[in-house]
Amino acid sequence: MPIDEIDRKIIQATQAGLPLVSEPYQAVAEQLGLSAQTVMLHLAEMQQTGVVRRIAAVPNHYKLGYRFNGMTVWDVEDGYVDELGQKVAMLPFVSHCYQRPRHLPEWSYNLFAMVHGKTEQDASEQVAIIAELLGAQARSHEVLYSTKILKKTGLRIGG
Amino acid sequence: MLAPLHKRLLNDYQQDFPLSPTPYRDIAEQLGVSEDEVLNAFQTLSEQQMISRIGPVIAPNSIGNSALVAMAVPEFDLPRVAELVSAYPEVNHNYERENRFNLWFVLIADSEIHLKAVIADIESQTGYPAMLLPMLADYFINLGFELNLHD
Repeated sequence: MPIDEIDRKIIQATQAGLPLVSEPYQAVAEQLGLSAQTVMLHLAEMQQTGVVRRIAAVPNHYKLGYRFNGMTVWDVEDGYVDELGQKVAMLPFVSHCYQRPRHLPEWSYNLFAMVHGKTEQDASEQVAIIAELLGAQARSHEVLYSTKILKKTGLRIGG
Repeated sequence: MLAPLHKRLLNDYQQDFPLSPTPYRDIAEQLGVSEDEVLNAFQTLSEQQMISRIGPVIAPNSIGNSALVAMAVPEFDLPRVAELVSAYPEVNHNYERENRFNLWFVLIADSEIHLKAVIADIESQTGYPAMLLPMLADYFINLGFELNLHD
């Protein structure tokens, strides 16, 4: 999914958010010396190629009361990880689900799923649902709750 | 306490914020309110940080190279290491988590070479090894997260 220079500029110009004005794409376009039509066309093309997942009002889970953010990590047999990952991703309380490499011996987990609960009990119920879904295919798991958000910024590309 | 309009804006526009010349007016028409009401409600949600932003969500690794990195840092040294890591412009998320691996951050750089260089630098500056966990597969379903906004 190659992107061109205009795509890159649009991505960078919108990562802090579209302005809250009547014609936000026009405002972005003016900032970049482009037409609103060009900005919208490039965004539509990037949506088609999958570079842009979606255009969204992105909720801040933490501020909406989801204080228990758990990174659940699972040791799943490699042959089943894709099938199971897709199932876990469909659970309504899972926001992200990824396969990542193991680092043996100290790290044996290859499936990561982020869960968000308003209470610790909510979050542990969510973990239990994932555990049930994975069944015997998951040899072990851990839940890593975040105890401190030390830094959180939007996408930026270090140059 | 969230007004019904705020709840609808939070729940219904996680996927399909309009790509049109006047998106806020389009939303207003969909919800049967005025454009100003929509703009004011988004302003409030934004000021109260209930939405982090409105805009395109970019697929991982489609622009730049990114990786999740974990470090196991002794408790006494965590404040120093955390501050050092957060100071890198390439680090865009940094969390302390309850685990032996207690520092978790996401690095994003314009190339893999640059990414590796930053990790090497972090290791030498902090004195601890960094475990690199790049994404191998993204099990992604375009449904958005179901928000329970009943208090």
